[in-house]
Amino acid sequence: MESDEGFRQLLRELLAGQKLAVLSTHHGGQPYASLVAFAFSDDLASLYFVTPRTTRKFSNLQNDCRMALLITSSTNKETDFHEAMAVTVVGSAGEIQGPEKEAALNHYIARHPYLEDFARSPTCALVRVYAHTYILVKNFQHVMELHLDHEPGPLSS
Amino acid sequence: MNLVLSAPEIGASDLSRVGGKALSLAALSQAGFRIPVFICVTTGAYNAFLDATGLRERILLELHRKDFKQMRWEEIWDCATRIRNLFLRKPLPHVLANALRNAVAERFANRPVAIRSSAPDEDAARSSFAGLHASYINVRGTKAILENIRMVWASLWSDAALLYRQELGLDVGRSTMAVVVQELVVGEASGICFSQSPTESSQALVESVYGLNQGLVDGDVEPDRWVIDRDFNRLLKHVPVQRNRQLAAAEDGLKMVSLPAETGSRPPLTPEQIMAVYKLGFKAERHFGAPQDVEWTLRDGELYLLQSRPVTTRTPASEGDQRAWYLSLHRSFDNLRELRRKIESEQIPAMIRAAEELSKIDLVQLSDRELAVEIRRRWEINNTWVNVYWADFIPFAHGIRLFGQVYNDRLKPDDPYEFVGLLTQTDMASLERNRLLEALADQVRLRPELADCLEAGDCGNKAPEFRREIESFIERFGDLSCTVTGGTQCEGATRPLVKILLAMSSRPQAPSGSRNRMDAGRLSQRFLDSFPESRREEGLELLDLARASYQLRDDDNIHLGRIEAGLAAAVAEGRRRLDTGGKAGEEREELKAALENLDFGDRMHPNRPPARAESGRIRPRQLTGQPAGPGLAMGRARVVRSHADLADFAQGDILVCDAVDPNMTFVVPLAAAVVERRGGMLIHGAIIAREYGLPCVTGVPDATVLIQSGDPVTVDGYLGIVTIGSGEI
Repeated sequence: MESDEGFRQLLRELLAGQKLAVLSTHHGGQPYASLVAFAFSDDLASLYFVTPRTTRKFSNLQNDCRMALLITSSTNKETDFHEAMAVTVVGSAGEIQGPEKEAALNHYIARHPYLEDFARSPTCALVRVYAHTYILVKNFQHVMELHLDHEPGPLSS
Repeated sequence: MNLVLSAPEIGASDLSRVGGKALSLAALSQAGFRIPVFICVTTGAYNAFLDATGLRERILLELHRKDFKQMRWEEIWDCATRIRNLFLRKPLPHVLANALRNAVAERFANRPVAIRSSAPDEDAARSSFAGLHASYINVRGTKAILENIRMVWASLWSDAALLYRQELGLDVGRSTMAVVVQELVVGEASGICFSQSPTESSQALVESVYGLNQGLVDGDVEPDRWVIDRDFNRLLKHVPVQRNRQLAAAEDGLKMVSLPAETGSRPPLTPEQIMAVYKLGFKAERHFGAPQDVEWTLRDGELYLLQSRPVTTRTPASEGDQRAWYLSLHRSFDNLRELRRKIESEQIPAMIRAAEELSKIDLVQLSDRELAVEIRRRWEINNTWVNVYWADFIPFAHGIRLFGQVYNDRLKPDDPYEFVGLLTQTDMASLERNRLLEALADQVRLRPELADCLEAGDCGNKAPEFRREIESFIERFGDLSCTVTGGTQCEGATRPLVKILLAMSSRPQAPSGSRNRMDAGRLSQRFLDSFPESRREEGLELLDLARASYQLRDDDNIHLGRIEAGLAAAVAEGRRRLDTGGKAGEEREELKAALENLDFGDRMHPNRPPARAESGRIRPRQLTGQPAGPGLAMGRARVVRSHADLADFAQGDILVCDAVDPNMTFVVPLAAAVVERRGGMLIHGAIIAREYGLPCVTGVPDATVLIQSGDPVTVDGYLGIVTIGSGEI
């Protein structure tokens, strides 16, 4: 059986190998999926993405901060079915403002340097995801979960 | 892409397309050797089949269900069986089928052929796959030839071939297969020749049998053997054998026939013919520039070369090479038939006698010294039977597998384990025990006062007849408190028999065990109808053997359990005496020594595997194993880590354990589903679950550690998935 640390390491490697995640939000109960470029903290407690404040995803999160991210190592080949892993991150998300923003933004830009101008635009928000649960699927149907205990994320308005 | 190549079309650079066997045949044919006409179905054809049918990823999914190294051999056999069935059932794509049909019809019309593997991995310097991939001899007609080509492809994924590739570190994902289809030359004598002996470089070896070569290659017919001096071209030695049978071409396939006494009295080759065979081998050696291992046949005075490969210095016995062991995983029908005779007529009766003899001795009456002697004696008896169990009983289980393969080859069913339905008409001892339990529970259900006396423990006074029936059950099967059948009072306080009877009686109706029974007749008729009239008897014999094998899979544990119980009882009596103190002295010391110096194994000291770590941070949600019994069930998990956990088993619980053994299956009628760490479709838990029609998933790594008693669990026996928890995030 995997140890706690072994499992976390597997998740870190999966996240480190990917740039994009599928973000799930909803609007009045209607699910909505979109693509975001993400970064993550080493303790796995937080993930970050940047979005213009005019987007549907940002508006949805302002109405209900509960969300999920899907990150997968699939390569759009047949072999994905036995080789690829996918993790669903369930949690809540909200815009980072104030003194902690700069450090988080630098962390984000270090991972996505080509997005620096985009990320620093005054019309964009840096969003922090408070991860509650990681649900990892591998070997086609084998599913394990990591539950994190940390401070609650933003409350739904 | 060339799907089929003939000898003149194959060049030296074609190894990856045609494999070593076809490459060497083509080279010999081009050099003028007399070779029976052949074509090679290239790896391109194999790959086209995989790509068109989606089988490539389907195979890899099957093999990546879990880490290959974690799989038991039985699980690998299961994988191989499922993969083989996929090959048998997937139709050939139209273009490929047409190309093969035309090539086969053009070369062979209705003449018989031999179909052999020629995988590029084979016969490489480091490896010898001889015998690991399939060959089919005497196949006639385009349809049958195409079908057999698929079976040779499938043999790339046989359990033995998978294990051997794993051992050699070959990437199974890249494995591919070409096939040689060669006209069958039915010679009067056949054999092999090592142009240079692997053990003595100045010598060559010739071996020969009457009839077809397959008898020699498979080891079914013992050959005459000659040693030849390479330097002086002369015979050094002849090792004759008793010649009484030969392998001959039947209407379809091969058959073993007796040799007329007069033919058997003389060797299959004359001295001139022996030297001609040696010269053929030597010529091949000169052609390839290395000593050769050739197969040949002699028809009407003409010598044909059937195949040639380099002599490898590897022998099955060489260090680290497990090929011989992988090959031994499959036993022939004749071998199994002999094993059955021995088990049924000698070993089982002797085991029953041994158990009865042990049960007649009143241990309490023995002196300390006599008890010490008795403990040692019982330990020896138990050891003897444990050894027999491994040496003979376990290999006999191959009868089920042999039958399964023949069934699947003939009927190509949707479910590769459909054949198990034919085997359930056997009366397994553990089912007999469960039927008796059901009958006792029925009485309790009808007469509530029996439940009261069971709980109060005073049935002896209030329902003496019922009490006697319970005692007679205990006499046969024990009180269910022991890890072995027939034992009593191992877990004194748990009263499992009482609890199980109360649990059983509290539900309205017993499940109908053996739900497959109705199907068995129909399946068995279909199986027998698949044989031509002339071979029907063969089908019946195989079915009968498989049923015996299936039944023994269960009964042997029950019989062995009674002997173990006899040992356990003597050990328990010895420990009781030491614990209660009493008279010290020489005899007591002897008793103490007997108990201390013998290793009684795990079953007398069960170790509980650890429960899941309680941090709660990492939790299983969905675990995968093998689908071993179809159906879907939900319930609370009851994780059985030691025998005592069985006593609390409740109606509707999901049985989660390391390995179901026949001594614990009395709870199965109460269970909603079975989940097992140990993998395999033919392991005991899977067999019993099928008997009761319960969903069953086996081969779930760490099942008893990851799942906790009380967890809500869903068991999907169709897909082999166990889901833990309610789904809330």
